[in-house]
Amino acid sequence: MKIVVLVKHVPDAASDRSFADDLTSDRAAVDGRLSELDEYAVEQALQTVEKAGEGEITYLTMGPASAAEALRKALSMGGDAGVHVVDDALHGSDALATSLVLAEALKKLEWDVVICGMASTDGTMSVVPAMISERLGVPGLTLASSLIIEGSTVTIRRDGDDASTTITGSLPALVSVTDQTGEARYPSFKGIMAAKKKPVTTWTLGDLGLEPAAVGLSAAWSAVASVTKRPPRVAGVIVADEGDGGVKLADFLASGKFI
Amino acid sequence: MAEILVLVDHVDGVVRKTTTELLTIARRLGEPSAVYFGTGVEGATETLGRFGAVKVYVVDDSDINGHLVTPKSEALVAIAEKVAPGAILVTSSSEGKEIAARAAVRLGSGLITDAVDVDADGVATQSVFAASYVVTAKVTHGTPIFTVKPNAATPEPAEVTPSVERVTVSYSAAATATTITDVSPRAKSGRPELTEAAIVVSGGRGVGGAEGFGVIEALADSLGAAVGASRAATDAGWYPHAFQVGQTGKTVSPTLYLASGISGAIQHRAGMQTSKTIVAVNKDAEAPIFELSDFGVVGDLFAVVPQLTDEVLKRKH
Repeated sequence: MKIVVLVKHVPDAASDRSFADDLTSDRAAVDGRLSELDEYAVEQALQTVEKAGEGEITYLTMGPASAAEALRKALSMGGDAGVHVVDDALHGSDALATSLVLAEALKKLEWDVVICGMASTDGTMSVVPAMISERLGVPGLTLASSLIIEGSTVTIRRDGDDASTTITGSLPALVSVTDQTGEARYPSFKGIMAAKKKPVTTWTLGDLGLEPAAVGLSAAWSAVASVTKRPPRVAGVIVADEGDGGVKLADFLASGKFI
Repeated sequence: MAEILVLVDHVDGVVRKTTTELLTIARRLGEPSAVYFGTGVEGATETLGRFGAVKVYVVDDSDINGHLVTPKSEALVAIAEKVAPGAILVTSSSEGKEIAARAAVRLGSGLITDAVDVDADGVATQSVFAASYVVTAKVTHGTPIFTVKPNAATPEPAEVTPSVERVTVSYSAAATATTITDVSPRAKSGRPELTEAAIVVSGGRGVGGAEGFGVIEALADSLGAAVGASRAATDAGWYPHAFQVGQTGKTVSPTLYLASGISGAIQHRAGMQTSKTIVAVNKDAEAPIFELSDFGVVGDLFAVVPQLTDEVLKRKH
């Protein structure tokens, strides 16, 4: 069983994120980390290999030099190798270009299943897994809250608003997983040391046979016109409950005509 | 005038409010046509016409219902290739976003997701980085595709009698490669839809257990509100995941958000901080939720919330 897990290095969601002068996400301003939602994909890949008793996991990322940190973090949790697509021309790529680059990289790798997180914590569009599945023409089983891979069949449960659905497909396939699949493991000290020796390959656009003009900010099919920081909310009246907290709250709601 | 395709979100022919919002937005951009997948179009045509759908394209075959998202995306693409629309509007649900994503690849079109508004010039407004920034953006290539969040517009009627056209689609092998083998419908609560509700009452870690949600539900019912929950509460299994408000759950933007026993971590704030009025009850005076709150009570939610429910019921009469 060969698995490729897509990972993304993102500005830490817990920090004060902002935009650079070209209206792209400012990656230099805050600390980066492996997108929390990708950790669930790493965990599912590791569990799949552990259950099967064999298998090979490769992590694939696209991003500037600092994105290698996301590969190291994933490798410290387990798995075998990393591939980093890095090229100055990629700066400002939209989801369509990102899916194009990752799809071309996947064509150069051997795999039975690709596992992704449900969304990145910075862009939060949640569209790249579907776009890659579309480009590669392989079944896409998205937003899995549980995942079982047995033989050449993948089965997921997808918990929608109206129903919980079981879906099957045959390999090769792409799966995206939600945070409902289960807590991701912490890297052990041994894992962190081992990750330093695991191979990470670097590919440029040229290695993928892609022209720089096909990607990046100038090739994006949508353009940001403006970014405005929302004024922070101002705390209102905070009272301590002295046996009449509910009544005071009701008074406030009545003053706002909610009741 | 350019034809604007609106993908209809419905449950067995009952058109959801989000679709009437999309039809209203579509009229700013051109002439709306509804795209309807599955059975029950007979029951939906009246509503679609009331909000200005001049045409209704219907695809109703076994593939569109028996597989995951992909056939719907291919059917939407087939209709778009036939009518060359000025734009495509889809509800920003998980399924809607996936349909739009695949269609964008096939049509060679730019895509903007999670719009909270789209104006007559096709400029979309988005709320990003856990709603700390407002971004405006425009599609610059192909047929603009927008996924639009609930409550992005107030539905305005514009009565027409739609013409209904049935469309036959042939699907790729990949589209039908996944099979739905089991569907377990969720029990209906009878409360408003979480993302569409005017008032949301949420509970978190401080609720302490599944049985504790009884007081949250009672308050919600007194206000005619939807019930939400923080990730701490859904991860602990106290309330179903479908009701999670936050980064990995639903984003809500009601006129009133009432948070009980929720500390207000970034993961939760990302899902609710654009609410018009925020009210919180929490034991911990230092809880970050109070920094966002228009009114807050520091106290035991099991004392404050039932008292509030009683007051609401009393003042109604």
